[in-house]
Amino acid sequence: MRNIWIIARKEYQQYFISPVAYAVAFMIFLIIGIIFYANIQAAIAQQFAPGIDIVVGPLVTILLFTTPAITMRMISEENRTGTMELLLTAPVRDSELIVGKWLGGFLFIVTLLIITWIYPLVLNMLVKPGIDQGVLISSYLGLLLLMAAIIAIGVATSSLFSNQIAAFFACLGILLIFWLIGLPAQAVGSTAGGLLNYLDLSQHFYNSFYVGVIDLKDVIYYLSVTCLALFLGTISIETRRWR
Amino acid sequence: MIRVSGLTKDYGSRRAINDLNFEVNKGEIVGFLGPNGAGKTTTMRILTGYMPPTSGKVEIGGFDVIENSLEVRKIVGYLPETVPLYDDMTVFDYLMFMADLRKVENAEDRVDEVLELVQMEERSEGYIANLSKGMRQRIGLAQALLHKPDVLILDEPTIGLDPAQVVEVRKIVREIGEERTVLLSTHILSEAQQVCNRVLIINKGRIVAEDTPERLQARLSGAQRVTIRIKGEIADAIPYISKISGVINIFTKADDTLEFESAPGEDARAQVARAVVQSGFDLIELQPATINLEEIFLQLTRDEGVGNVGEEISETEINIEER
Repeated sequence: MRNIWIIARKEYQQYFISPVAYAVAFMIFLIIGIIFYANIQAAIAQQFAPGIDIVVGPLVTILLFTTPAITMRMISEENRTGTMELLLTAPVRDSELIVGKWLGGFLFIVTLLIITWIYPLVLNMLVKPGIDQGVLISSYLGLLLLMAAIIAIGVATSSLFSNQIAAFFACLGILLIFWLIGLPAQAVGSTAGGLLNYLDLSQHFYNSFYVGVIDLKDVIYYLSVTCLALFLGTISIETRRWR
Repeated sequence: MIRVSGLTKDYGSRRAINDLNFEVNKGEIVGFLGPNGAGKTTTMRILTGYMPPTSGKVEIGGFDVIENSLEVRKIVGYLPETVPLYDDMTVFDYLMFMADLRKVENAEDRVDEVLELVQMEERSEGYIANLSKGMRQRIGLAQALLHKPDVLILDEPTIGLDPAQVVEVRKIVREIGEERTVLLSTHILSEAQQVCNRVLIINKGRIVAEDTPERLQARLSGAQRVTIRIKGEIADAIPYISKISGVINIFTKADDTLEFESAPGEDARAQVARAVVQSGFDLIELQPATINLEEIFLQLTRDEGVGNVGEEISETEINIEER
């Protein structure tokens, strides 16, 4: 446990000296800010009360594309610079290394999500009698679970490469496949379609957390994806030794 | 302390090391000597648990490197060939991170201690990216020493250092070797001679010789080489030099010098100098040629293959070798 925390802490601190993390954070806040402003203007013009979805909706989409940039260097950079040799010869288990990396990235995303909390606060003041707190909580809980899974996939893909850009596109590719895999569900019949829908990363979010429903099935889905990806990442490091 | 038996490693179809067997005892400094690609780094990576061997067994401190990998890693300090540093960290933060991973007690004091040992204390707050190659090498060494390991494995520890630092690092290694076990690789023969109690010479994945540096040198000094340079065409002097009975081989070099080999136990320098000057040439340089590793290999294999070098003396055969 201690090793996981040491690695996570270092990973987290490294984000604050890395320009990529600042660029990603800046982009997220800029885009969310613009969309938020536009939505408020539209709501005023059309006389309706906006919900938290005007923040969470775009946030999910942006994070889908930017999280691979946050996870891409995690292990690929260690492979490239040779520091992997240091970590793999230190008394640290391969699984502790992977989980530590994941935790560091997750805490960074949590930090970003905490900063985005400012929009619900503003929205709550603008809208009378305030926004739906239930949807707010379920949306952010869903975001956390979704990000846990996405970061785990990112760490696992990063461990396969020694080039950051390759790791970025591989991770984005995998994410997009699982983001869109539910789309052809209706065309392939009910059994296969049900399976595709179940595998879909987005459906477990948009059909439940996003609309204020917390379903144990979805919680378990995201936790399983996270664990599976971290497990595969560990295997990937172990097999790297044998190559 | 280190026991290696039947160690073999294949990279695909290429065999990097082949059936290595050796032991390193506590308090011993063993030099791992070999040209590039001989299998030094591969062996060290297996010893430190970075990668597993194809076959064979390695025990360090009584622990098997595969079965008890974590135990082995706790007692081993390792400086890899490419010094593993995080450029965007400060020296102090980096060493603190490693000290935490290694569960070093009083980590801050220990970090200051090793920084002082490698004489880098004034760069402690500086970023690693701004360090020179020699400084990076020293931080790498500091990292390997942090947890006071029983076994220290150093892959080319003095590479990239300036002469003063080389002396310093060798001194540190000798001090550590007094109570701990050190295995270091190098391709510099004199380094192995100065630092090590014992030398393993490895070539093409096999150990070709294993001995103390003194005995190894005695074996090799059977024939000593001397470089000679004269004013004018060196080739004109060959007939005069080849007449001297103590000279057994002559090699011309591309830089217009000439190397001769004297017979075992004999020093032909005075005779050669006299002969050259008396024949009317201006002698401007006469110095012992350093025996490099490749020549040692040639010599080692020749010693094993052809038999006694001394047989060539009576014939005073001249081998001219163009390089």
